[in-house]
Amino acid sequence: MFTLLQIELYKIFKRPRTYIAFAAITALIVIIQLGLKVDGKEYADFVLADMKNMLEINGKIINGYFVCYVILQLLLIHVPLLIALIAADMISGEANMGTLRLLLTKPISRTEFIMAKFLAAAIYTILLLIWIAVLALFVSMLVFGTDDMFLVKNAYAVQIERADIFWRYAGAFCFAALAMLTVAALCFFLSNFAENSIGPIVATMSVIIVTTILSTMSIPLFNTIKPFLFTTHMVAWKEFFDIKVNDANETIKGTVEHADKIIRSSIVLVVHIVLFVGASVVVFKKKDVLS
Amino acid sequence: MQNIISVKGLTKQFHNLTAVNQLSFTVNNGDVYGFLGQNGAGKSTTLRMLLTLIEPTEGSIEVAGMDLLKHHKEVLRNIGAVIEKPDVYKYLSAYENVQLFAKLSGVRLSKEQIMQQLAMVGLQDRANDKVKTFSQGMKQRVGIAIALVHNPQIVILDEPTNGLDPQGIADIRNMILHLSRDLKKTVVVSSHLLSEIEQVATRVLIIDKGKKLVEGNADELFDPSETIVELETANNHFAFNQLEQSNWNNYLLRERKGNPVLKLNKKDIPQLHKDLVALNIELIAMQPKHSLEDYFLRITSANYS
Amino acid sequence: MKNYLRVLITLIFIGSFTQIKAQDITTLVQKVKNKLDQVNDYVAEGKMKTDVAFIKAPVGKVKVYFKKPDKFKLKRDAGISLLPKGGVTVNMRSLVAVNDYTVIAAGETIINGIKVKIAKLLPNNDNSDIVLSTLYIDETNLVIIKATTTTKENGTYDIEMQYGKYINYGLPDKVVFAFNTKDYKMPKGVTMEFDNDVTNEDRAKMKNKKGRVELAYNSYIINKGFDDSIFKN
Repeated sequence: MFTLLQIELYKIFKRPRTYIAFAAITALIVIIQLGLKVDGKEYADFVLADMKNMLEINGKIINGYFVCYVILQLLLIHVPLLIALIAADMISGEANMGTLRLLLTKPISRTEFIMAKFLAAAIYTILLLIWIAVLALFVSMLVFGTDDMFLVKNAYAVQIERADIFWRYAGAFCFAALAMLTVAALCFFLSNFAENSIGPIVATMSVIIVTTILSTMSIPLFNTIKPFLFTTHMVAWKEFFDIKVNDANETIKGTVEHADKIIRSSIVLVVHIVLFVGASVVVFKKKDVLS
Repeated sequence: MQNIISVKGLTKQFHNLTAVNQLSFTVNNGDVYGFLGQNGAGKSTTLRMLLTLIEPTEGSIEVAGMDLLKHHKEVLRNIGAVIEKPDVYKYLSAYENVQLFAKLSGVRLSKEQIMQQLAMVGLQDRANDKVKTFSQGMKQRVGIAIALVHNPQIVILDEPTNGLDPQGIADIRNMILHLSRDLKKTVVVSSHLLSEIEQVATRVLIIDKGKKLVEGNADELFDPSETIVELETANNHFAFNQLEQSNWNNYLLRERKGNPVLKLNKKDIPQLHKDLVALNIELIAMQPKHSLEDYFLRITSANYS
Repeated sequence: MKNYLRVLITLIFIGSFTQIKAQDITTLVQKVKNKLDQVNDYVAEGKMKTDVAFIKAPVGKVKVYFKKPDKFKLKRDAGISLLPKGGVTVNMRSLVAVNDYTVIAAGETIINGIKVKIAKLLPNNDNSDIVLSTLYIDETNLVIIKATTTTKENGTYDIEMQYGKYINYGLPDKVVFAFNTKDYKMPKGVTMEFDNDVTNEDRAKMKNKKGRVELAYNSYIINKGFDDSIFKN
């Protein structure tokens, strides 16, 4: 199993396309950081326009923590495509190249083989997120410094103290990893049925786009199905950045307003991952290799 | 001779199509087992079932006394295969490909051993070049190096000469003979070309539409003294008439259409020449026939003549 | 808040420049002013809490710097500070320059068990943002307990003060600013939160509530002097 995993990782990181994702992410993040470095004040004024009618807000609004939040908000919607690029190729790519039949004539168990493949895709996904964390969080912290986070939400604004933020990012990135693993698992599952990677990539993105639209449209008809769409749960990382208040409306350090939402969404995502991977194993074990 | 592969009642059904139908055969240790059939006859499907790539609908496969489906890891450890096109990782070098598949086969090879493996197929100078720069024949040789990397007792080659130039075809033939004679391996090789099998096989299985036509020793099936010739004449109609009324009637294979085809002993050919002249048949050309189709004609000719 | 304090201080000082009709009130305001005049400068440390319905904010440590006549600076130890807006347009310097207020005695009342005199200050200048200021003065201790200011642009806000150790200087231990807030609603395009809809419960919670900023001082350093550079930027 470990050898299989090693080989899969070796294959992933020997391919140029693997690095496209890392390059794309680097470019996106640097562009956002550059924009906020140059015009951060304008951006803050725009976001806080409504607040500033009533309040004078002093301090470094555009700090590393805030920048990271902006980046995640903008970027995480697009990361699934980059994950699909690799995950969709895991099985269909081998079928397309013709290497699948060679691999499966080797003395290996198909279950172990497919699990190793999924683990490799998962490791790739997690490395991508670590890279995002390094650039979006740590580099932003270096470039923009740190301060309290002042976030504007739909119904209210939240101010979180500087010392109370870092663990929230740790949590948010772990949750994001879970969300992205769900995408990888879906893509991986679809990869079973194709003999080139384009099909599963397009199928995964279609599923994500359609369900995201359903998730974001506030139409009563769609609201009833929202809880059943995994994309609805993929954005729950934001819940880490909402804080409980006491009766005097003071924030309580170290708390999360809707911890229940995070837990529920995590469970939904884990169930999805297990189902997709489990289905992949079942399908793959029965698969006749005709490519 | 000890039998090493034993297949009984093997059947594969794809929806409405029966690709392989109640096929039984045995391969003995040390055989070069020729697997002949037209394209679409079910050769690839059968070989893929031998390699666990396709699950049989019915039937059993035993390799070295072990049931394939129950002990697939042990069985596959003993088999090396090249199935159709020799597809390997194009973005890796020949060396990296061999190394990777060696690991998958459960063997750890030193750098020297990998180079040795590549030298065996004549690729030692291109070891570090990416496979995408290779010709079809070179890719085929990488495939063979990979098939042999774990020193298996059985080597399965599915249509190994497809897409190769004459030199490549000759190389493969020599490789098969080397595997069999020098390395004492059992080789199963499939082809739709009789000429390839005829030159290397010790035993032959011929299938058509998923069913066994004949199985036997090559030297019995391919009697070298027998041959088939096609006559190109100025007037086929006249030629047929004359031949049918002569002693050669029993040697005629085809009905009255196209060129006359005869099956005869090689030593009778000079007599045929003389008789054609005597029968006033104007001969333009006489061609020996050497295709699988002709072989089918030969083994099925009993029904006709 | 900075500006609130300015308004407050201004209002206090106005007493000395304004024609006061009611002699009692004039004297009283003058006394309060004299008391405050003892303080040339101070640095105070305390905690600030912003209580606005639609903002979740932590309690933060602040430092407040003051120098006569009207230099004032509030600095948060770390982080972001939220202060009610409004005072900016109520620039007392202009008011002082205009020097044109009418002060009216408006009787007495009791706030938090303390008997207070009420003084209403009306600017005579129509261009002033302040429409009306009402001061509630504790006659015994010569301190202002509460001030209510109505402005044209920024609504009405109250400032309440509680005194303790530093009552002799007229400096409060606790200051509470109360102000009206508008409804808050951000377009989703700005917040990028397409998933979380605002519930009716949320909406009810956010409405009809006054915003409050509380400043609780722990200590003052009075008349020890400090560098003016703190007021810059």
